[in-house]
This record gives sequence, C-alpha cells and structure tokens, in this order.
Amino acid sequence: MTITSFTINGRAVRVNLDDETPLLWVIRDEIGLTGTKFGCGIGMCGACTVHVGGRATRSCITPIASIDGAAVTTIEGLDPAANHPVQKAWREIQVPQCGYCQSGQIMQAAAMLVDFPNPTDADIDAVMTGNLCRCMTYVRIRAAVRQAAGEMAAGVVPTAKVKA
Amino acid sequence: MSRLVPREEKAHPLTRRGFLVAAGSAGLAFGFARIAEAAMDPAAAEGVVAPPVPPQLDPSLWFGIDADGVVTVNIVRAEMGQHVGTALARILADELEADWDKVRIVHVDSDPKWGLMVTGGSWSVWQTFPLFSQAGAAGRIALIEAGAKLMGVGPASCRALAGKVVSGGRSISYGDIARRGATLRQFTADELARLPVKPPSQRRLIGQPVKALDVATKTDGTARYGIDAKLPGMVYARPKLPPTRNGAKVLSIDDSAAREVKGYVKSVAIDDPTGTVSGWVVVVAESYHAAIKATDLVKVQWSGGDGLSTSEGDIQEYARQLIAKADGGVDLNVGPGDTAAAFRTASSSIEQEYTTSTVLHFQLEPVNALAFEHDGVMEIHTGNQWQSLILPTLSKALGLPEAKIILRSYMLGGGFGRRLNGDYTVPAALAARALKRPVKLVLTREDDSRFDSVRSASVQRLRMAFDKGGGVTGMEHHACAGWPTQVMAPGFLAPGKNGKYDPFAIAGADHWYDVGQQRVRAISNDLANSVFRPGWLRSVGPGWTNWAVESFMDEAAHHLRLDPVTFRLKLLTARGRNAGSAPNAIGGALRQAAVVRRAAEKAGWGAKLPADTGLGLATSFGQERDMPTWVACAARVRVDRATGVVTVEKLTLVTDAGTIVDPDGAIAQTQGAALWGLSMAIHEGTQFAEGQVKDVNLDTYMPLRIADVPDLDVSFVESTEVPVGLGEPAVTVVAPAIGNAVFAAVGVRLRHLPITPEAVRAALRPELK
Repeated sequence: MTITSFTINGRAVRVNLDDETPLLWVIRDEIGLTGTKFGCGIGMCGACTVHVGGRATRSCITPIASIDGAAVTTIEGLDPAANHPVQKAWREIQVPQCGYCQSGQIMQAAAMLVDFPNPTDADIDAVMTGNLCRCMTYVRIRAAVRQAAGEMAAGVVPTAKVKA
Repeated sequence: MSRLVPREEKAHPLTRRGFLVAAGSAGLAFGFARIAEAAMDPAAAEGVVAPPVPPQLDPSLWFGIDADGVVTVNIVRAEMGQHVGTALARILADELEADWDKVRIVHVDSDPKWGLMVTGGSWSVWQTFPLFSQAGAAGRIALIEAGAKLMGVGPASCRALAGKVVSGGRSISYGDIARRGATLRQFTADELARLPVKPPSQRRLIGQPVKALDVATKTDGTARYGIDAKLPGMVYARPKLPPTRNGAKVLSIDDSAAREVKGYVKSVAIDDPTGTVSGWVVVVAESYHAAIKATDLVKVQWSGGDGLSTSEGDIQEYARQLIAKADGGVDLNVGPGDTAAAFRTASSSIEQEYTTSTVLHFQLEPVNALAFEHDGVMEIHTGNQWQSLILPTLSKALGLPEAKIILRSYMLGGGFGRRLNGDYTVPAALAARALKRPVKLVLTREDDSRFDSVRSASVQRLRMAFDKGGGVTGMEHHACAGWPTQVMAPGFLAPGKNGKYDPFAIAGADHWYDVGQQRVRAISNDLANSVFRPGWLRSVGPGWTNWAVESFMDEAAHHLRLDPVTFRLKLLTARGRNAGSAPNAIGGALRQAAVVRRAAEKAGWGAKLPADTGLGLATSFGQERDMPTWVACAARVRVDRATGVVTVEKLTLVTDAGTIVDPDGAIAQTQGAALWGLSMAIHEGTQFAEGQVKDVNLDTYMPLRIADVPDLDVSFVESTEVPVGLGEPAVTVVAPAIGNAVFAAVGVRLRHLPITPEAVRAALRPELK
C-alpha cells in the first residue's frame, strides 16, 4: 500500500492502493471515469489506452505506483469539448460501430499524431495495429487518422494538448 | 429469423399488440418517468434519457411526441454497432413525416409489452420495416386529422411535412398539436392494414445519408456499456470457473489465501437449479481488482463435469462417424430427394469433406451483469441480445415470475451473437440474492473465452453427380456440428422430413442452385453439445456451411473444366423452388446470378494476374431462404510458396439487400462482416483440449488487425425491394472466395478453416518436390 499522487485530466488525485493495482481499475472504479475500457487485461487490445505524460499507455498493465507524479489523460479529458481533431474525424467519418474499443483507438491515434504529424499509411498501420477493433472498423480508422492529420497540419491545434 | 416471429405478428404486425391508445394527452401510459432513469438514449451522455415535455401524445407503443415536438422512438433491439436505433427510427420518422432533428431513440428495458426481444440474424430492419412503416403512417394520418381540426380546416386540404401539418399557407407543428391536448383517432386492425404507406419515390429519410445517433457518445467516453453500470453499495465479483462447462459440482472451497487480499468479501458457491452455470463459485470483493486477485487465490475442488478429457479431434472424429451412419440426423425439405438414383446413374461424381475449427466470439467487452434485488424485483443491468430467451431461465433460477425480473438496456461492447445467450446474467442474479447487495459480475478476458458459447467445430461431406453432358443431376450435403438452438432454445428447432433440426446449424446448405435431386442432412454433434455450449456466432450456419458449398462449387467447376463463374451462373436459373416469391425473395436465384456477374466484372475476372496470385469467387444468399440477401465476393490473394502465407490483397463485394435504409451504415456493416469473414478464414480459430478452448487471450488468439486489412470494394445493387439483412451476409462469402483464390493462385485446395500457412505449405509440398 502506497499513496500515489498524480493528475487525471488536469485534476490532482491521491489514492492509497496496492502498488500493483492496474491504473485501469483506478480510473474506472476509484475515480469513476468509465470511458477507458477493459478488453484483454494483458495490454494487447488497446481498449484501455490513456496518455501518461503524453505517451499512449496501456492502463490495464500499468501499476498505479509507477505513475506517481505523472499527468494522466483519459478520453474524457482529451479535449474539453470533445473536439480534438481525432474525435471530430471519428464522428465525421462515423468510425465507431459498437464503440467499445474507440476510446482506446482515439487516444492511440491522438498520441501518434504528435509523433507522426503526417503519417504514411504504413505508419498508421504500424502504430494502430496494437489496437484491436472487433467490429473491424479498420478502413474508417485509417481514413479518420489521415483526416485528423490533415486538419492538424492545417493549423488546427488540439485545444488540450497533453502536458508531459 | 422469420421462424422466431409468431405467425400472426408477421401477418398483421400491429394487431397483436393493438395500436394503442390514441386518446390523449396524458400519454404517460408507458411510464416514461421510469424509463427516464432506466432505458438508454445512445445519443445522450451516460445514456440518460431526457424526460418528455408534457403533455405527450402516444399514438402507439412505438413512439411518443411531446409538447416540444420531440419524437421519441422506442427501440427493442440491442445496439451493438449496427446503429440499429437510427435505422429503425428513420423508417418510422419517414412515414410519420417527422422532423429528423427532433427524433430521439430510446433502447427500452425488458417488458412483456414489447413482445419478442431479440437482436440477431440480421433481422432487425427486415422485421421492423412493415411495423414501423404502419406505425408512422398511422401517426401521420392521426396528426393530420387532429391538426386540421385545430386549424379549422378539412383534413383533405392538409398534408404532413417535416414535423408539421400544413394546409395552404397555414401550419401547426406536431408539438403544438400535443401541447393543445389533441385527441388522436384510433385505428382498427383492418384500417391499419390498409393504411397508405409512402411509395419509395416520396421517401425523404430512408436511403438518405444520416449521422447515426449513437456515434458521438462513442467518441467522448460517455456511451454507457453494461460494464459501466453502477449502483450504490455494489460489490464486484469474478467467477472461479469449473474445469468443464457442464455438470461440475463444487465439493469444497478454500479461501484462506484469498482472505489476505484487501477488499475480499467472500466466495459464494452458486446454487443454480437451471444448470446454466453448474459448479460456479463467485468471488466477491470491494473492487474488481481485488476480485481478480482473490479469484486466483481461491482453491475449489469439483466433482463431475462432462468432457474433461475431450479434445477437438474427438469431436470431429465423432462427427465423421455420425455422418457415416446413414440413418442419423434430419433431412431438410428441399424438394425431390432421390439422390441415390442420381448417383447410381451418374456419368461422374465428386465427393469432398470440409471442416472448420472452433471459433471464439471475442467480443471486446467481456460478458458482465450488475444485479440487484429490491422490493421483490430483480433488476439486471446488462447488454443483451435476446432478453426473451433468458427471462424464463432467470425466472426458474430465482423462483420469481418473469414480470418481476427487469433487464435494463445498455450498449453492447460487441454482440456478434455472444449476447444472444444471456447465461452470464444468471450467476450475477443468484449472487446478488445471496449477498443481499448489488453485485457486479465481470468476467476477465480469459474467463470470457473459457465461458464462451463458441462457434462449434464442424465436419461437412458433400457429393455431386453429373450426367454425360456435364449437367448436375444430384447433390448431397451432410453437415455435423454442435447445435446452439437445440441446447439453448429448442422451441425454435425447425421441422424437417424426419424430425427437427437446428436451422442455425444448416442454413446455407439449402442453396438456390439447381442441382437436380438434392439432399441436405443436418446432424447434431451431441458430443460437442455436452462438452461446451455451442453458440450463434455472426453469420451463424452460413458462416461455415457456405465454406463447404462454395468451395465445392469451385471444385465441381474444375471437375467439369468450366470457369467457376460460368458454372455458377449455369445453375442459378431461378427455376422451380429457386424462382423466388413475394415479398422477400422476388426474383429468386436470378438476383444471386446478378451479384455474381457484377462482382466478377468489378474484380476483373479472367484478367491475367502475376505469378502465385489468384482470384476466387464465392456467393451466398445470406442467412436464410426466407430472407435472402444476395451477396458475392471476389478475393484476390497472393500466396508465398516458401512460407505458405496467404496475403489477401483485395475483396470485391456486391450485395443486393433490397431497399437500403441507412447507406453509410450498410457500408459499415458490410465492411465489418467481410473482415470478420477474412479474420475467420485465415487469422482466427482455436481448438478444444481437455474440455477447454486452448486460446483464451490475444497472446495466442489473433483476430484481424488493421495492418492485415486489404483493399475493400463494397457496393450495393440499387433496389426498392423489401429491405433484408446486412449485418452478417458478407461474412459467409469471404472464406470460400479466399480458398478458391488460393486454388487459382497455386493450384492447391484447402478444405479446412482457418487456412494456416502450415496447411498451405503442406498442400504445396508435393509440387515442390
């Protein structure tokens, strides 16, 4: 048991939990933000993806003790009006089907576009292939990432760029 | 499926429930106050339903109009990615002449008044279209009459348009009609049946692009799935699963190690009189993480259990024995069946066996349910596809009448047929009763895979007889697999020539080709049925029967030295039983021939391709003869002879699903279905080993990822015929198209799914020597 302090979507939180408690369950069950999803529990589906210090992170395999002092962003905090270019592209292209994986897809895509502002199709495939979509919305994920990249390149900067 | 709809409802969709009430402004007959806290609006954050502004008109059970003119459409189908509420509301709103910007949808909780609640089989649009067309038309006519009265004009001078009743230069909105407490007229069943429904040319919403109402909340984290449900004072639970799916009994529980876990509450042996979850121990804790940890530490001893030593090979070998017995199984009524004579007199014949492995649903949200008993009512918060099926089981398990059990609706983090089987609600409800607290039961991914109602492995044997001229004179199709409907919903078995069979474990074999004397025999693999609980999985029977049918058609074409497309077209003549019938199958096999032709043409059939690259084609009628969705797929693949890896470069799909209600949704469903077909063809598949599936998580179970997605060319035949299903048909054609393309590329025939590199290498080896 350790006290861990971090911020989530800009808000400071302190929790007193077993060191190895996965960040996912802290976010969902302790903090009560349920947009981050549980899929596989072994970091291989990506549904639990959040940003820790701006990096896409699989929260289901991230022990709470390891994020002491970090800034965590979840889907709820990606943009105050849910208008991050990735979210906008996701809506315009109507990517989601069941939607369960899409928080993770969006968080992964948003982080990728910081590293690869102008991704090639191969970049998109290489990064996004860690995120399983069981509805198989992949064609639209590719299109939406390209569209979001285009919008960001045109100068529309995400309003809530993640702090490291 | 049509088989699930009571006959009288099909004939007169509105009469069974009656076109309720018209009187009135009070209009709260259906308890919107309760719905506001219970049912689900997928367009609203957390799914919270905004209460209607009173007074409200409820012209029918299916929708209400409040004083602000907001039309709330009640959806009994589950939302699991198909944007079903949007499509259904469009049908109603079009006939109602509603203003689309004021249409809301509500996914309702279980209640007997809704009739059968099931979402599957690609039936939703097909089944609901006539019902919602008439409900909308009735509302439109009643509103015109009420609006005319309020404006002091004759109804004949009025028409409805986009949420208003208009007469010359004057108009009154639907909201105003509601606010002024209008009395709507009531329709008799006969009147309803004669209501004028719009001709397709006057539709304003159906077939037009639309933004699905459930999309926005799925991009900002506010969509509410079953796993997100919360109640004050709830505890979390995870099952300690027994070594077998059926028949295990708990002998002892040792939770001494689990007690060291902070937050551990207790372990409860579930006493389930229905046998749905025999041998389950539910481990309860104050957090889910604690429940996961504690479950790993609880030690349980079990007795009994079926299939502890059974493996995939045993199940398949047993299937072969059953097929070899002449007298087993059930013959379908597919017309003249003297195949013995056809084979006796044949000039040549072919015979082949096709097999498929066990497949997991792997819907991304593991099954879960939050249950809470209060005031004599068991409330279960969960995503589910077939409420009407699990309610009787819950009733028996709990000793409560069905009216005292409510299934609350949530978004489904994937259905794909897994949540047709609501078995996961039973242990949650029994645990909640045992603890006298709300219990949220969540399976881990590994639990979910082990507890899955998998798509059964299958063995199929097909034979075809030919005359001297190369005409087909007879065909037999024998299929053996676990039968989901027999195990879970025996009331829905279908009558055959000599008994009842599972239509969901044979449909597809009763194809639309003219093959002379025909025999289709469905055989239940009772060993499979005992070892696991076979499930309905996206595209159900045709998802694997068509693997055999269309691979075999290709083999038959090559046997006759005919082009596989030419051969198929020769058999799709629409004669006799394949002529089709109104309303659902007008045109019959000719429409299947049309999609075959178009897919071949679009894919460049016959063009020269690079080395080791091939084009293969397959077709089907979707899910069932009663509701054919005509679909064809051409797959272009490249085979790496050294590694055996099959790379699918492009899938070209052409679908004739009649009227398309939501064009973008139709493309999305077809893309998803096609990629499911691809995933099951070359990426997925597991096996039973000692009574359990071998692959339980993504470290070894490998569904399709984005990097393996080929070019997709998806198109639809323009049509105003009856709208049929779209969620599944494209699944059925992809695997055989790939298998046929592999043959075209490198000349080897694969007859087992999934097609693995090992299997391709093994098939190629004789050529390499």
